[in-house]
Amino acid sequence: MDQTLSDFGTVFVFLLLGIIFVVGGYLTARLLRPSRPNPEKLAIYECGEEAVGSAWIKFNIRFYVVALIFIIFDVEVVFLFPWATVFKELGGFALIEALIFAGILIIGLVYAWVKGDLDWVRPTPNIPEMPVIEEKHKTQETS
Amino acid sequence: MNASLNAWSDALSELHLLGLPVGLVVIAAVPLVFIALYALTYGVYGERKISAFMQDRLGPMEVGKWGILQTLADILKLLQKEDIVNKSADKFLFVIGPGILFVGAFLAFAVLPFGPAFIGADLNVGLFYAIGIVALEVVGILAAGWGSNNKWALYGAIRSVAQIVSYEIPAAIAILCGTMMAGTLSMQQFNLLQQGEYGFLHFFLFQNPIAWLPFLIYFIASLAETNRAPFDIPEAESELVAGYFTEYTGMKFAVIFLAEYGSMFMVSAILSIVFLGGWNSPLPNIGPLSLNDWTTGPVWGAFWIVMKGFFFIFVQMWLRWTLPRLRVDQLMHLCWKVLTPFAFVAFVLIAVWEIYVK
Repeated sequence: MDQTLSDFGTVFVFLLLGIIFVVGGYLTARLLRPSRPNPEKLAIYECGEEAVGSAWIKFNIRFYVVALIFIIFDVEVVFLFPWATVFKELGGFALIEALIFAGILIIGLVYAWVKGDLDWVRPTPNIPEMPVIEEKHKTQETS
Repeated sequence: MNASLNAWSDALSELHLLGLPVGLVVIAAVPLVFIALYALTYGVYGERKISAFMQDRLGPMEVGKWGILQTLADILKLLQKEDIVNKSADKFLFVIGPGILFVGAFLAFAVLPFGPAFIGADLNVGLFYAIGIVALEVVGILAAGWGSNNKWALYGAIRSVAQIVSYEIPAAIAILCGTMMAGTLSMQQFNLLQQGEYGFLHFFLFQNPIAWLPFLIYFIASLAETNRAPFDIPEAESELVAGYFTEYTGMKFAVIFLAEYGSMFMVSAILSIVFLGGWNSPLPNIGPLSLNDWTTGPVWGAFWIVMKGFFFIFVQMWLRWTLPRLRVDQLMHLCWKVLTPFAFVAFVLIAVWEIYVK
Protein backbone atom coordinates (compact mmCIF):
# COMPACT_ATOMS: atom_id res chain seq x y z
CA MET A 1 0.00 0.00 0.00
CA ASP A 2 2.67 2.49 0.93
CA GLN A 3 6.33 2.34 0.04
CA THR A 4 7.57 5.48 1.70
CA LEU A 5 6.01 5.36 5.13
CA SER A 6 6.50 2.58 7.64
CA ASP A 7 3.67 1.46 9.94
CA PHE A 8 4.83 3.81 12.64
CA GLY A 9 4.80 6.58 10.03
CA THR A 10 1.06 5.99 9.77
CA VAL A 11 0.84 6.24 13.55
CA PHE A 12 2.66 9.55 13.24
CA VAL A 13 0.01 10.78 10.77
CA PHE A 14 -2.60 9.85 13.39
CA LEU A 15 -0.63 11.79 15.99
CA LEU A 16 -0.51 14.90 13.77
CA LEU A 17 -4.20 14.66 12.94
CA GLY A 18 -5.12 14.26 16.61
CA ILE A 19 -3.08 17.32 17.56
CA ILE A 20 -4.56 19.33 14.67
CA PHE A 21 -8.05 18.33 15.78
CA VAL A 22 -7.51 19.44 19.38
CA VAL A 23 -5.75 22.69 18.46
CA GLY A 24 -8.34 23.39 15.75
CA GLY A 25 -11.12 22.83 18.27
CA TYR A 26 -9.51 25.21 20.75
CA LEU A 27 -9.04 27.88 18.06
CA THR A 28 -12.60 27.57 16.72
CA ALA A 29 -13.93 27.98 20.23
CA ARG A 30 -11.64 30.96 20.72
CA LEU A 31 -13.20 32.72 17.72
CA LEU A 32 -16.75 32.07 18.90
CA ARG A 33 -16.66 32.45 22.65
CA PRO A 34 -16.79 35.59 24.74
CA SER A 35 -14.00 36.43 27.15
CA ARG A 36 -15.12 38.48 30.12
CA PRO A 37 -13.06 37.35 33.08
CA ASN A 38 -13.68 38.62 36.59
CA PRO A 39 -12.11 37.67 39.94
CA GLU A 40 -14.99 35.36 40.86
CA LYS A 41 -14.75 33.42 37.62
CA LEU A 42 -11.00 33.06 37.91
CA ALA A 43 -11.18 31.77 41.48
CA ILE A 44 -10.87 28.04 42.19
CA TYR A 45 -14.24 26.29 42.27
CA GLU A 46 -14.88 24.87 45.69
CA CYS A 47 -18.67 24.73 45.94
CA GLY A 48 -18.98 28.43 46.63
CA GLU A 49 -16.55 28.52 49.51
CA GLU A 50 -13.41 30.55 49.17
CA ALA A 51 -10.52 28.17 48.69
CA VAL A 52 -8.11 27.92 51.60
CA GLY A 53 -4.54 27.29 50.57
CA SER A 54 -3.26 25.52 47.49
CA ALA A 55 -4.35 22.13 46.24
CA TRP A 56 -0.73 21.19 45.65
CA ILE A 57 -0.38 19.23 48.83
CA LYS A 58 1.35 16.07 49.92
CA PHE A 59 -1.00 13.22 49.32
CA ASN A 60 -1.45 9.84 50.92
CA ILE A 61 1.61 7.57 50.82
CA ARG A 62 -0.68 4.66 49.82
CA PHE A 63 -0.72 5.98 46.27
CA TYR A 64 3.05 5.59 45.99
CA VAL A 65 2.86 2.01 47.25
CA VAL A 66 0.20 1.20 44.65
CA ALA A 67 2.34 2.79 41.94
CA LEU A 68 5.39 0.78 43.02
CA ILE A 69 3.51 -2.53 43.01
CA PHE A 70 2.07 -1.59 39.62
CA ILE A 71 5.48 -0.92 38.08
CA ILE A 72 6.86 -4.28 39.22
CA PHE A 73 3.91 -6.21 37.83
CA ASP A 74 3.71 -4.22 34.64
CA VAL A 75 7.37 -4.83 33.84
CA GLU A 76 6.78 -8.53 34.45
CA VAL A 77 3.84 -8.60 32.04
CA VAL A 78 5.90 -6.70 29.46
CA PHE A 79 8.56 -9.40 29.65
CA LEU A 80 5.95 -12.14 29.28
CA PHE A 81 4.44 -10.73 26.08
CA PRO A 82 7.28 -11.77 23.71
CA TRP A 83 7.24 -15.22 25.29
CA ALA A 84 3.47 -15.48 24.83
CA THR A 85 3.72 -14.98 21.07
CA VAL A 86 6.03 -17.98 20.57
CA PHE A 87 5.40 -20.20 23.60
CA LYS A 88 3.58 -22.87 21.61
CA GLU A 89 6.76 -23.57 19.62
CA LEU A 90 8.98 -23.34 22.69
CA GLY A 91 6.94 -25.95 24.53
CA GLY A 92 6.97 -27.27 28.07
CA PHE A 93 10.43 -26.23 29.21
CA ALA A 94 9.87 -22.56 28.38
CA LEU A 95 6.49 -22.80 30.08
CA ILE A 96 8.15 -23.94 33.30
CA GLU A 97 10.66 -21.10 33.00
CA ALA A 98 7.85 -18.56 32.52
CA LEU A 99 5.98 -20.03 35.47
CA ILE A 100 9.08 -19.67 37.66
CA PHE A 101 9.42 -16.09 36.46
CA ALA A 102 5.76 -15.37 37.24
CA GLY A 103 6.04 -17.35 40.48
CA ILE A 104 8.70 -15.01 41.86
CA LEU A 105 6.32 -12.12 41.28
CA ILE A 106 3.43 -14.03 42.86
CA ILE A 107 5.58 -14.53 45.95
CA GLY A 108 6.03 -10.74 45.92
CA LEU A 109 2.26 -10.30 45.68
CA VAL A 110 1.73 -12.69 48.59
CA TYR A 111 4.34 -10.78 50.60
CA ALA A 112 2.66 -7.44 49.93
CA TRP A 113 -0.69 -9.03 50.77
CA VAL A 114 0.52 -10.46 54.11
CA LYS A 115 2.21 -7.17 55.00
CA GLY A 116 -1.12 -5.42 54.52
CA ASP A 117 0.16 -3.19 51.71
CA LEU A 118 -2.79 -4.13 49.53
CA ASP A 119 -5.35 -2.93 52.08
CA TRP A 120 -6.32 0.65 51.48
CA VAL A 121 -7.04 1.32 55.14
CA ARG A 122 -3.93 -0.12 56.70
CA PRO A 123 -4.55 -2.33 59.71
CA THR A 124 -2.97 -1.33 63.02
CA PRO A 125 0.77 -1.79 62.66
CA ASN A 126 1.80 -5.32 63.49
CA ILE A 127 4.90 -4.73 65.56
CA PRO A 128 6.32 -8.04 66.75
CA GLU A 129 7.05 -8.25 70.45
CA MET A 130 10.70 -8.58 71.20
CA PRO A 131 11.03 -9.16 74.94
CA VAL A 132 14.72 -10.04 74.78
CA ILE A 133 15.75 -6.73 73.27
CA GLU A 134 13.48 -4.86 75.65
CA GLU A 135 15.10 -6.52 78.65
CA LYS A 136 18.55 -5.68 77.37
CA HIS A 137 17.41 -2.12 76.90
CA LYS A 138 16.13 -1.98 80.46
CA THR A 139 19.29 -3.43 81.95
CA GLN A 140 21.33 -0.91 80.01
CA GLU A 141 19.20 1.89 81.38
CA THR A 142 19.46 0.73 84.98
CA SER A 143 23.17 0.14 84.80
CA MET B 1 -24.92 4.82 11.33
CA ASN B 2 -25.43 4.21 7.61
CA ALA B 3 -23.83 7.48 6.66
CA SER B 4 -20.62 6.65 8.51
CA LEU B 5 -20.56 3.14 6.99
CA ASN B 6 -20.80 4.63 3.52
CA ALA B 7 -18.02 7.03 4.38
CA TRP B 8 -15.78 4.09 5.22
CA SER B 9 -16.49 2.20 2.02
CA ASP B 10 -15.92 5.38 0.02
CA ALA B 11 -12.60 5.87 1.78
CA LEU B 12 -11.70 2.27 0.98
CA SER B 13 -12.25 2.67 -2.75
CA GLU B 14 -10.40 5.97 -2.82
CA LEU B 15 -7.29 4.54 -1.20
CA HIS B 16 -5.90 3.06 -4.37
CA LEU B 17 -6.67 6.09 -6.50
CA LEU B 18 -5.29 8.88 -4.41
CA GLY B 19 -1.65 9.61 -3.72
CA LEU B 20 -0.10 8.27 -0.59
CA PRO B 21 -0.28 11.20 1.81
CA VAL B 22 -3.90 11.86 0.92
CA GLY B 23 -4.74 8.21 1.35
CA LEU B 24 -3.04 8.13 4.73
CA VAL B 25 -4.78 11.24 5.92
CA VAL B 26 -8.08 9.74 4.81
CA ILE B 27 -7.25 6.57 6.71
CA ALA B 28 -6.47 8.62 9.79
CA ALA B 29 -9.47 10.89 9.35
CA VAL B 30 -11.98 8.04 9.25
CA PRO B 31 -11.47 7.00 12.90
CA LEU B 32 -11.55 10.68 13.87
CA VAL B 33 -14.88 11.19 12.15
CA PHE B 34 -16.05 7.91 13.65
CA ILE B 35 -15.14 8.98 17.21
CA ALA B 36 -16.86 12.33 16.76
CA LEU B 37 -20.01 10.83 15.22
CA TYR B 38 -20.30 7.97 17.65
CA ALA B 39 -19.60 10.14 20.70
CA LEU B 40 -22.26 12.60 19.57
CA THR B 41 -24.94 10.07 18.65
CA TYR B 42 -24.51 6.94 20.70
CA GLY B 43 -22.17 8.29 23.38
CA VAL B 44 -23.97 11.38 24.56
CA TYR B 45 -27.52 11.15 23.22
CA GLY B 46 -27.68 7.35 23.44
CA GLU B 47 -26.34 7.25 26.95
CA ARG B 48 -28.81 9.90 28.12
CA LYS B 49 -31.72 8.12 26.48
CA ILE B 50 -30.69 4.66 27.72
CA SER B 51 -30.16 6.03 31.23
CA ALA B 52 -33.55 7.69 31.07
CA PHE B 53 -35.38 4.56 29.91
CA MET B 54 -33.71 2.47 32.60
CA GLN B 55 -34.98 4.93 35.20
CA ASP B 56 -38.42 5.19 33.65
CA ARG B 57 -37.84 8.75 32.45
CA LEU B 58 -38.02 10.20 28.95
CA GLY B 59 -34.61 11.84 28.81
CA PRO B 60 -33.93 14.80 26.48
CA MET B 61 -37.17 15.65 24.63
CA GLU B 62 -37.00 19.37 23.89
CA VAL B 63 -34.61 19.91 20.97
CA GLY B 64 -35.95 18.29 17.82
CA LYS B 65 -38.17 15.25 17.62
CA TRP B 66 -37.51 13.01 20.68
CA GLY B 67 -34.62 15.35 21.51
CA ILE B 68 -32.50 14.05 18.61
CA LEU B 69 -30.80 17.40 18.11
CA GLN B 70 -29.90 17.68 21.79
CA THR B 71 -26.19 16.88 21.32
CA LEU B 72 -25.92 19.33 18.42
CA ALA B 73 -27.29 22.02 20.71
CA ASP B 74 -24.83 20.89 23.39
CA ILE B 75 -21.89 21.21 21.00
CA LEU B 76 -22.97 24.71 19.92
CA LYS B 77 -23.30 25.65 23.56
CA LEU B 78 -19.88 24.22 24.48
CA LEU B 79 -18.24 26.08 21.57
CA GLN B 80 -19.64 29.38 22.79
CA LYS B 81 -18.87 28.88 26.47
CA GLU B 82 -16.26 31.10 27.96
CA ASP B 83 -12.98 29.31 28.51
CA ILE B 84 -12.02 29.80 32.13
CA VAL B 85 -8.51 29.01 33.29
CA ASN B 86 -8.42 29.78 36.96
CA LYS B 87 -5.89 32.26 38.23
CA SER B 88 -3.79 29.92 40.33
CA ALA B 89 -3.77 27.00 37.86
CA ASP B 90 -0.65 25.70 36.16
CA LYS B 91 -1.66 27.00 32.74
CA PHE B 92 0.58 24.75 30.66
CA LEU B 93 -0.55 21.52 32.33
CA PHE B 94 -4.16 22.71 32.39
CA VAL B 95 -4.21 23.30 28.63
CA ILE B 96 -2.20 20.24 27.63
CA GLY B 97 -4.13 17.76 29.84
CA PRO B 98 -7.23 17.33 27.63
CA GLY B 99 -4.94 17.28 24.58
CA ILE B 100 -2.94 14.32 25.92
CA LEU B 101 -6.18 12.55 26.86
CA PHE B 102 -7.65 12.93 23.40
CA VAL B 103 -4.50 12.29 21.37
CA GLY B 104 -3.78 9.18 23.47
CA ALA B 105 -7.27 7.80 22.94
CA PHE B 106 -7.15 8.65 19.23
CA LEU B 107 -3.70 7.12 18.65
CA ALA B 108 -5.05 3.77 19.84
CA PHE B 109 -7.44 3.84 16.88
CA ALA B 110 -4.41 3.70 14.55
CA VAL B 111 -4.16 -0.06 15.07
CA LEU B 112 -7.89 -0.81 15.25
CA PRO B 113 -9.00 -2.87 12.25
CA PHE B 114 -12.41 -1.70 11.03
CA GLY B 115 -12.65 -4.61 8.62
CA PRO B 116 -10.57 -7.03 6.58
CA ALA B 117 -9.11 -4.25 4.43
CA PHE B 118 -9.31 -1.23 6.67
CA ILE B 119 -6.71 -0.62 9.32
CA GLY B 120 -4.56 2.44 9.98
CA ALA B 121 -1.32 0.63 10.68
CA ASP B 122 -1.17 -3.13 11.13
CA LEU B 123 1.73 -3.01 13.59
CA ASN B 124 3.24 -6.36 14.50
CA VAL B 125 2.99 -5.22 18.14
CA GLY B 126 -0.49 -3.72 17.58
CA LEU B 127 -2.26 -5.08 20.65
CA PHE B 128 0.66 -4.21 22.91
CA TYR B 129 0.77 -0.72 21.44
CA ALA B 130 -2.98 -0.32 21.94
CA ILE B 131 -3.01 -1.19 25.64
CA GLY B 132 0.09 0.94 26.14
CA ILE B 133 -1.30 4.01 24.40
CA VAL B 134 -4.68 3.72 26.15
CA ALA B 135 -2.77 3.77 29.45
CA LEU B 136 -1.24 7.09 28.36
CA GLU B 137 -4.45 8.72 29.55
CA VAL B 138 -2.99 8.48 33.07
CA VAL B 139 -0.57 11.27 32.10
CA GLY B 140 -3.41 13.45 30.78
CA ILE B 141 -5.54 12.89 33.86
CA LEU B 142 -2.66 13.72 36.18
CA ALA B 143 -1.79 16.84 34.16
CA ALA B 144 -5.44 17.96 34.18
CA GLY B 145 -5.99 17.25 37.87
CA TRP B 146 -2.71 18.67 39.13
CA GLY B 147 -2.77 21.64 36.75
CA SER B 148 -6.24 22.70 37.93
CA ASN B 149 -4.95 23.48 41.43
CA ASN B 150 -8.34 22.45 42.71
CA LYS B 151 -8.80 20.01 45.57
CA TRP B 152 -11.65 18.13 43.90
CA ALA B 153 -9.63 17.83 40.73
CA LEU B 154 -6.52 16.63 42.54
CA TYR B 155 -8.40 14.01 44.54
CA GLY B 156 -10.17 12.85 41.40
CA ALA B 157 -6.90 12.65 39.49
CA ILE B 158 -4.93 10.70 42.08
CA ARG B 159 -7.81 8.30 42.68
CA SER B 160 -8.17 7.85 38.96
CA VAL B 161 -4.46 7.23 38.41
CA ALA B 162 -4.26 4.74 41.28
CA GLN B 163 -7.28 2.93 39.88
CA ILE B 164 -6.11 2.89 36.27
CA VAL B 165 -2.61 1.67 37.05
CA SER B 166 -3.93 -1.02 39.41
CA TYR B 167 -6.46 -2.41 36.96
CA GLU B 168 -3.83 -2.28 34.24
CA ILE B 169 -2.30 -5.44 35.77
CA PRO B 170 -5.30 -7.82 35.54
CA ALA B 171 -6.18 -6.28 32.17
CA ALA B 172 -2.68 -6.83 30.80
CA ILE B 173 -2.57 -10.42 32.07
CA ALA B 174 -5.97 -11.09 30.51
CA ILE B 175 -4.67 -9.72 27.18
CA LEU B 176 -1.60 -11.88 27.67
CA CYS B 177 -3.91 -14.91 27.84
CA GLY B 178 -5.45 -13.84 24.53
CA THR B 179 -1.98 -13.44 23.03
CA MET B 180 -1.06 -16.93 24.15
CA MET B 181 -4.10 -18.36 22.37
CA ALA B 182 -3.32 -16.42 19.18
CA GLY B 183 0.47 -16.43 19.21
CA THR B 184 0.57 -12.95 17.69
CA LEU B 185 0.22 -9.32 18.69
CA SER B 186 -1.00 -8.01 15.35
CA MET B 187 -4.60 -6.87 15.59
CA GLN B 188 -5.42 -7.95 12.03
CA GLN B 189 -3.87 -11.38 12.62
CA PHE B 190 -6.14 -11.82 15.64
CA ASN B 191 -9.16 -11.37 13.41
CA LEU B 192 -7.87 -13.67 10.70
CA LEU B 193 -7.22 -16.44 13.23
CA GLN B 194 -10.82 -16.30 14.38
CA GLN B 195 -12.26 -16.54 10.89
CA GLY B 196 -14.18 -19.62 9.83
CA GLU B 197 -17.40 -20.98 8.47
CA TYR B 198 -18.82 -21.82 11.89
CA GLY B 199 -18.97 -18.18 12.88
CA PHE B 200 -18.86 -17.64 16.61
CA LEU B 201 -17.47 -21.13 17.27
CA HIS B 202 -14.12 -19.92 15.91
CA PHE B 203 -13.91 -17.06 18.40
CA PHE B 204 -11.24 -17.48 21.04
CA LEU B 205 -13.87 -17.26 23.74
CA PHE B 206 -15.26 -20.60 22.50
CA GLN B 207 -11.94 -22.12 21.45
CA ASN B 208 -10.62 -22.61 24.95
CA PRO B 209 -12.70 -23.66 27.96
CA ILE B 210 -10.86 -21.23 30.26
CA ALA B 211 -11.07 -18.21 27.96
CA TRP B 212 -14.17 -16.85 29.67
CA LEU B 213 -12.04 -16.11 32.75
CA PRO B 214 -9.64 -13.60 31.12
CA PHE B 215 -12.63 -12.32 29.11
CA LEU B 216 -14.53 -11.40 32.28
CA ILE B 217 -11.38 -10.09 33.98
CA TYR B 218 -10.60 -7.82 31.04
CA PHE B 219 -14.17 -6.57 30.89
CA ILE B 220 -14.22 -5.68 34.61
CA ALA B 221 -10.78 -4.10 34.40
CA SER B 222 -11.75 -2.10 31.32
CA LEU B 223 -14.64 -0.58 33.27
CA ALA B 224 -12.14 0.61 35.85
CA GLU B 225 -9.69 1.85 33.22
CA THR B 226 -12.28 4.08 31.60
CA ASN B 227 -13.59 5.25 35.00
CA ARG B 228 -17.03 3.83 34.33
CA ALA B 229 -19.48 2.85 37.04
CA PRO B 230 -19.23 0.97 39.37
CA PHE B 231 -15.61 2.14 39.38
CA ASP B 232 -16.34 5.84 39.01
CA ILE B 233 -15.03 7.18 42.32
CA PRO B 234 -12.55 9.41 40.42
CA GLU B 235 -15.48 11.48 39.18
CA ALA B 236 -18.02 10.60 41.83
CA GLU B 237 -20.41 13.52 41.36
CA SER B 238 -21.91 13.25 44.83
CA GLU B 239 -18.56 13.71 46.58
CA LEU B 240 -15.99 15.14 44.16
CA VAL B 241 -18.16 17.42 41.95
CA ALA B 242 -16.67 16.04 38.72
CA GLY B 243 -13.23 14.74 39.61
CA TYR B 244 -10.26 15.76 37.51
CA PHE B 245 -12.28 17.86 35.04
CA THR B 246 -14.02 20.01 37.66
CA GLU B 247 -12.35 23.22 36.46
CA TYR B 248 -12.80 22.62 32.73
CA THR B 249 -15.28 24.56 30.64
CA GLY B 250 -16.22 24.90 27.01
CA MET B 251 -14.15 23.21 24.33
CA LYS B 252 -11.64 21.66 26.73
CA PHE B 253 -14.51 19.91 28.49
CA ALA B 254 -15.77 18.67 25.13
CA VAL B 255 -12.33 17.33 24.24
CA ILE B 256 -12.16 15.42 27.55
CA PHE B 257 -15.55 13.89 26.80
CA LEU B 258 -14.55 12.86 23.30
CA ALA B 259 -11.44 11.23 24.74
CA GLU B 260 -13.50 9.38 27.32
CA TYR B 261 -15.97 8.01 24.79
CA GLY B 262 -13.08 7.23 22.45
CA SER B 263 -11.34 5.06 25.02
CA MET B 264 -14.67 3.47 25.99
CA PHE B 265 -15.04 2.26 22.42
CA MET B 266 -11.37 1.29 22.24
CA VAL B 267 -11.45 -1.04 25.25
CA SER B 268 -14.71 -2.57 23.99
CA ALA B 269 -13.14 -3.09 20.57
CA ILE B 270 -10.01 -4.68 22.07
CA LEU B 271 -12.26 -7.01 24.07
CA SER B 272 -14.18 -8.03 20.98
CA ILE B 273 -11.04 -8.44 18.85
CA VAL B 274 -9.17 -10.56 21.38
CA PHE B 275 -12.03 -12.78 22.47
CA LEU B 276 -14.99 -12.30 20.15
CA GLY B 277 -13.59 -12.36 16.65
CA GLY B 278 -13.43 -8.61 15.97
CA TRP B 279 -14.84 -7.96 12.51
CA ASN B 280 -15.75 -11.60 11.88
CA SER B 281 -19.39 -12.45 11.54
CA PRO B 282 -20.73 -14.46 14.49
CA LEU B 283 -23.29 -16.19 12.26
CA PRO B 284 -22.44 -19.78 11.25
CA ASN B 285 -23.02 -21.43 7.90
CA ILE B 286 -25.90 -23.86 8.38
CA GLY B 287 -26.16 -26.18 5.39
CA PRO B 288 -27.48 -24.22 2.41
CA LEU B 289 -27.93 -21.12 4.59
CA SER B 290 -24.39 -19.74 4.31
CA LEU B 291 -25.07 -16.93 6.75
CA ASN B 292 -21.37 -16.49 7.50
CA ASP B 293 -20.43 -15.98 3.85
CA TRP B 294 -23.29 -13.56 3.31
CA THR B 295 -22.31 -11.41 6.25
CA THR B 296 -18.58 -11.19 5.48
CA GLY B 297 -16.98 -8.32 3.62
CA PRO B 298 -15.39 -4.90 4.13
CA VAL B 299 -18.63 -3.14 5.05
CA TRP B 300 -19.93 -6.08 7.09
CA GLY B 301 -16.59 -6.18 8.89
CA ALA B 302 -16.97 -2.57 9.95
CA PHE B 303 -20.56 -3.32 10.93
CA TRP B 304 -19.63 -6.25 13.16
CA ILE B 305 -16.74 -4.60 14.98
CA VAL B 306 -18.77 -1.45 15.60
CA MET B 307 -21.79 -3.46 16.73
CA LYS B 308 -19.70 -5.59 19.09
CA GLY B 309 -18.10 -2.45 20.49
CA PHE B 310 -21.50 -0.79 20.90
CA PHE B 311 -22.86 -3.87 22.60
CA PHE B 312 -20.16 -3.71 25.29
CA ILE B 313 -20.69 0.04 25.66
CA PHE B 314 -24.38 -0.72 26.19
CA VAL B 315 -23.44 -3.20 28.91
CA GLN B 316 -21.25 -0.50 30.47
CA MET B 317 -24.21 1.92 30.50
CA TRP B 318 -26.47 -0.80 31.86
CA LEU B 319 -24.07 -1.56 34.71
CA ARG B 320 -23.95 2.13 35.56
CA TRP B 321 -27.59 2.01 36.59
CA THR B 322 -27.41 -1.43 38.16
CA LEU B 323 -24.44 -1.49 40.51
CA PRO B 324 -23.66 0.93 43.33
CA ARG B 325 -20.30 2.68 43.36
CA LEU B 326 -17.42 0.85 45.02
CA ARG B 327 -15.52 2.37 47.92
CA VAL B 328 -11.81 2.95 47.37
CA ASP B 329 -10.71 0.10 49.65
CA GLN B 330 -13.19 -2.29 48.01
CA LEU B 331 -11.78 -1.19 44.67
CA MET B 332 -8.23 -2.08 45.64
CA HIS B 333 -9.41 -5.31 47.25
CA LEU B 334 -11.16 -6.37 44.06
CA CYS B 335 -8.17 -5.51 41.92
CA TRP B 336 -5.26 -6.94 43.86
CA LYS B 337 -6.87 -9.74 45.86
CA VAL B 338 -9.48 -11.02 43.43
CA LEU B 339 -8.75 -10.10 39.82
CA THR B 340 -4.95 -10.34 39.85
CA PRO B 341 -4.77 -13.85 41.45
CA PHE B 342 -7.54 -15.06 39.14
CA ALA B 343 -5.70 -13.57 36.18
CA PHE B 344 -2.60 -15.55 37.13
CA VAL B 345 -4.70 -18.70 37.47
CA ALA B 346 -6.13 -18.08 34.00
CA PHE B 347 -2.61 -17.48 32.67
CA VAL B 348 -1.33 -20.83 34.00
CA LEU B 349 -4.42 -22.81 32.92
CA ILE B 350 -4.43 -21.38 29.42
CA ALA B 351 -0.71 -22.01 29.00
CA VAL B 352 -1.12 -25.63 30.10
CA TRP B 353 -4.19 -26.09 27.89
CA GLU B 354 -2.54 -24.63 24.81
CA ILE B 355 0.59 -26.80 25.15
CA TYR B 356 -0.63 -30.09 26.55
CA VAL B 357 -4.30 -30.47 25.69
CA LYS B 358 -4.85 -28.74 22.38
